[in-house]
Amino acid sequence: MSLERKDVEWVSLLARLRLSEGELEKMTQQLGQIVEYVEQLGELNTDDVEPMAHAIELSNVLVDDTARPSLERNAALANAPKHDDECYRVPAVLGD
Amino acid sequence: MTLCFETAVSLATKLRDREITSVELTQAFLDRIERLNDQLGIYLSVRGEAALAEAAQIDRRRESGDELGPLAGMPIAVKDVLCTEGELTTCGSKMLEEFKPPYDATVVARIKQAGAIILGKLNMDEFAMGSSTENSAFGPTRNPWDTDRIPGGSSGGSAACIAASLAPLAIGTDTGGSIRQPASLCGVTGLKPTYGRVSRYGLVAFASSLDQVGPLAKTAEDAALLLEVIAGHDDADSTSANVPVPEYSQSVSQPLENLRIGLVREHFGEGLDAETEAAVREAIRVYESLGASVEEISMPHSKYGIATYYIIAPSEASSNLARYDGVHYGRRCDEKAMLAELEQERQELIAAGKQDEANRLDSPLVRMYRQTRAEGFGAEVKRRIMLGAYALSAGYYDAYYLKALKVRRLIRQDYDAAFEKVDLIAGPVTPATAYKIGEKADDPLSMYLGDLYTVTTNLAGVAGISIPAGFDAANLPIGLQLQAPPMQEERLLRAAHMFQQATDWHTKQPELA
Repeated sequence: MSLERKDVEWVSLLARLRLSEGELEKMTQQLGQIVEYVEQLGELNTDDVEPMAHAIELSNVLVDDTARPSLERNAALANAPKHDDECYRVPAVLGD
Repeated sequence: MTLCFETAVSLATKLRDREITSVELTQAFLDRIERLNDQLGIYLSVRGEAALAEAAQIDRRRESGDELGPLAGMPIAVKDVLCTEGELTTCGSKMLEEFKPPYDATVVARIKQAGAIILGKLNMDEFAMGSSTENSAFGPTRNPWDTDRIPGGSSGGSAACIAASLAPLAIGTDTGGSIRQPASLCGVTGLKPTYGRVSRYGLVAFASSLDQVGPLAKTAEDAALLLEVIAGHDDADSTSANVPVPEYSQSVSQPLENLRIGLVREHFGEGLDAETEAAVREAIRVYESLGASVEEISMPHSKYGIATYYIIAPSEASSNLARYDGVHYGRRCDEKAMLAELEQERQELIAAGKQDEANRLDSPLVRMYRQTRAEGFGAEVKRRIMLGAYALSAGYYDAYYLKALKVRRLIRQDYDAAFEKVDLIAGPVTPATAYKIGEKADDPLSMYLGDLYTVTTNLAGVAGISIPAGFDAANLPIGLQLQAPPMQEERLLRAAHMFQQATDWHTKQPELA
């Protein structure tokens, strides 16, 4: 199944990336090549195989529910490109 | 300056015996970095004064007879993907050009606790994505053996740092070969521990089910010294294994008896360069001369490693890198310019009578995300995010991501079956020696295919090491890869040390002007 430019455009929105015309073009071609390559996995019958999401298949790790010191608010805000004393600042979310 | 060429084990002894001071040693490395770093692009930041001050403090404590850690006064360099409190951690990305983390990664805290002196942070492929260190936003690292060539990646800075003797020890990370491949191409020793052996807390995530931190050094003994410090359970990383850490630095010198080595038939097929194959086969003969038995084994699913890896790793990456949203940390696009452009697009669409399209335009917040990420990420990172978002998107999840997770189990089962028969798997690290900078820059698939011998180690969650095993006709290093069952780093280090007792490839130094 070949990858089309409109798929790439759609995925760039999902991925929150703005791609230029040139990038869309190149990405369609390069991703298409990679997707075509990975499709060889289809040769394998995996009907009875359990998926393996992790190398160490841990059960839940539980800890005591006790309060511990956490990052100070100003330290957490320090690296934000835009913030006030309490919050991260973002462009208006609701329309005008 | 000759101090810079010594092993960490030898330097540790000299420091302990007060034959040298940490200030002297740190200064020697800082001088060498000053002289060579512009040409090689290995360090992204150097700590200079801060490092010397810490060294002086260790020297004073030693004078006063304090109990000191195993790396007391030892210079070390850290890949710029591990958080260092209050000090730049860029991940080789414009996105984090000014990022100063509020805490230390556990690995960083442990090496500090052991008394090590951090010289600086090392160059890498952006967010550890790449196999050449050409994908750094701050320029490529060059291979000390031939500065027109790549050092490998993504821990290219770490491997080149050891090869060029710009630190006796370095920390790298390995998601699909990112320690072993550059170690091989730069002629140094690099170990990828078992997933879970070393804490990932404070390691900026690429693919969380595959990432692992490990040591790069001149010898297996040096790697053992560093692994012993960084390994072990960490409450802050629930995927770190709660199992005892052996005293690697003590056991490394004990040879292994009756060692059974497996050669994977599928690793010696088409695509393997003849000189690399010859060096690897010669290395196997060295093990035979040391009493090991060698048998051929098959890992029928290894040929699916690349396809599996390049679905799973980008999928995890697309999710992990969602955090770079221009809100919490890192850069944000110029908001005024972004809003003006968006408004202009809207006006143009309306003027052209395309009201529907105007309504579908990004909201200001979404455009801020998209513009910020467009400016902050390089081409390879964008490619992987796109690939991952595609593999995870509705309608494709089963065909790609879920399928890859199933094949991942088949790959793991190949390893389990192999380790029933043999103690170690030996083979090449890379299909060939280092290529020229720029050679594969526009051909991502061809770069990915070079990872075929290393990605399965991460997918299966086993341990692997690369050790120097020769040179090709162009005097470029060739590595030997050894892989061991989960948590058997000790076996890898002992086997690597046996080899380094019988050969001198690891003692070769590149000539640098």
